[in-house]
Amino acid sequence: MDGNQDGALTASPAFVELRGLERRFDGVAAVAGVSLGIRRGEILAILGPSGCGKSTLLRLIAGFEEPDAGEIRIEGQSMAGLPPYRRPVNTMFQSYALFPHMTVAQNVAFGLKQDSLSAQQVSERTTEALALVRMEQHRDRRPEQLSGGQQQRAALARSLAKSPKLLLLDEPMAALDRQLRAEMQFELAEIIRRVRVTCVLVTHDQEEAMAMADRLALMRDGELVQTGSPADVYAMPNCRFSAEFLGEVNLFNGQLGEAGDGQLVFDTPDLSDSIEVAGADSLPAGTDCSLAVRPEKIVLSDAPLDQQYISREAIVEDFAFLGGRTRYHLRLASGRTITAVSPESAAASGLTHGQPIEVGWRIRDAVLLADG
Amino acid sequence: MTDLVRLSRKARLWIIAAPFFWLGIFFLLPFGIVLKISFSEALLAVPPYTEILSQAADGWHLQATLANYRFLFTDNLYVLAFLNSLKIAAISTFICLCIAYPVALGAARASPRTRNLLLLLIVLPSWTSFLIRVYAWVGILGTNGHLNQLLLSLGLINSPLVILRTDLAIYIGIVYTYLPFMVLPLYASLSRLDWRLVEAAADLGARPWRCLVNIVLPLSRPGIVAGCLLVFIPATGEFVIPELLGGPDTLMLGKLIWQEFFSNRDWPLAAAVSMLLLILLLAPIAVYARAQGPGTGAVAATALRPGDRGGAP
Repeated sequence: MDGNQDGALTASPAFVELRGLERRFDGVAAVAGVSLGIRRGEILAILGPSGCGKSTLLRLIAGFEEPDAGEIRIEGQSMAGLPPYRRPVNTMFQSYALFPHMTVAQNVAFGLKQDSLSAQQVSERTTEALALVRMEQHRDRRPEQLSGGQQQRAALARSLAKSPKLLLLDEPMAALDRQLRAEMQFELAEIIRRVRVTCVLVTHDQEEAMAMADRLALMRDGELVQTGSPADVYAMPNCRFSAEFLGEVNLFNGQLGEAGDGQLVFDTPDLSDSIEVAGADSLPAGTDCSLAVRPEKIVLSDAPLDQQYISREAIVEDFAFLGGRTRYHLRLASGRTITAVSPESAAASGLTHGQPIEVGWRIRDAVLLADG
Repeated sequence: MTDLVRLSRKARLWIIAAPFFWLGIFFLLPFGIVLKISFSEALLAVPPYTEILSQAADGWHLQATLANYRFLFTDNLYVLAFLNSLKIAAISTFICLCIAYPVALGAARASPRTRNLLLLLIVLPSWTSFLIRVYAWVGILGTNGHLNQLLLSLGLINSPLVILRTDLAIYIGIVYTYLPFMVLPLYASLSRLDWRLVEAAADLGARPWRCLVNIVLPLSRPGIVAGCLLVFIPATGEFVIPELLGGPDTLMLGKLIWQEFFSNRDWPLAAAVSMLLLILLLAPIAVYARAQGPGTGAVAATALRPGDRGGAP
């Protein structure tokens, strides 16, 4: 079930390697055979709905859980049997887990003090880490005196102070309110890239994952579903789950059929006639599949579209102005409603409720998914 | 809390007044009486002390004396008893802490079912009478007691150990009796501790021992302080345990007060000793209040009410 581009762990070993990781709780697999390579210096987001095993995977890497099968290697060194305090990994926890009885500076220094460093080195590196997150002026505050964003920066400084080989972020934005999230996503990713630490981030929030990560690893039911850059996974989902979890999508259920000339076509009751599809070569006729079209790929037009497009008549059922874009609900002749998103507002394109219109998408913008 | 706010002003006043009323009748009033007696003189009469205020033909006469208090500091019997009480209470408290901390830690980290069983086992002995339990130790520790018989039959000793009627027996008795009072507040504190902080410490490279010393111990301080006070204060004034298990030459304040009241019938002096004991015990309570900082009430209350979270019986 591994993704498209990233299956190759064979050539040069990745910086961090997860091989066949499994973890069961009372017989139920939370992580069921995950193999994944993490490249040096990248930010990898493990994305999935709650209960998909992503947090367990993170705890396996940090050493809070031991795998039932499989192994973790960091720079070729096996982590098997190593307790958390002996791994070159530091975590920024979801709740931040700042020590309430210590100041910000003491929190940051805590990790450094566990190593055999001189007092001067500890204080220098503490100051460095605080400067990195611009928290020098708050160094003597206690966690409870900090705002949510400041707490997060303190937690980041603490987990970066020891210059770990691998930084783990557990739902980094979960404790922040909405407005702060976008701002901190940017800032956090910027700091992580600046110190060039390899980073694994776990989240259920697709926007957060796409905004921060170089690469996504989509997870469901303890298994990896797809890995790849956010743009690739978004544009080329490899299953219904990927398509639906990452962004909005119109899905048509149907079957692959054969046209007269041996060309494969897609039959769906939603679109009345069979349509031409791209990328069906590997599938035999008769396969149940679904076709995914992103709302922003759907074109609205007064006249029928040219032959690069699949084109259908529809009625403007409803629309919502969202500022920079407008969301349209369009009813096809089959009765099926599809969603389109356009930068053009209804007023600008002269659309009203109940108006007949031509809708369509470029053939290559639709993705055929084999899992029906 | 919100329900309390919604109540009418009058109803709220009544609810708040109830505990004050209770304290007034059963604490403040007796306290005032003892305070009064401590300033009077002993008398062979019923009651056996002089009235401080008396009415004569020419009006009211105040006849208070500090002689009782002065006497406490002239006779070093009392000073020694004070110091000895403090010493025994302090050492017992420390031993209790050392035993109770691992117990509470184990209970707090156990699964909910085992946790309830452990707490039940800790509280269970207090369901029988305190007096009977202390008497039981007489039977265990005596020269022909169970302990000596066991050790003799095992061949570990040749002649019986003398434990009963020594300070050691007092320590055993106090530690045994007051251990639950140490375990429960510690357990309350530790079960509320955010164990993710301990994980965070381990993640930052702290070995288990450092996690305990740098994270768990400081964060369970309210429980430690509450437990120590709950053991130290009653142990200082303890009467039954030194009386039953201790030797005749073991000086403790509780015993002294009892002797003055009932053997010597010197109520004023006994009252003065009681007052001094009270003042002595105010000091650690003040320390406690300081250690808790602002909002003391809530923290102290939760520390003293361990059942509300862990399901202690």
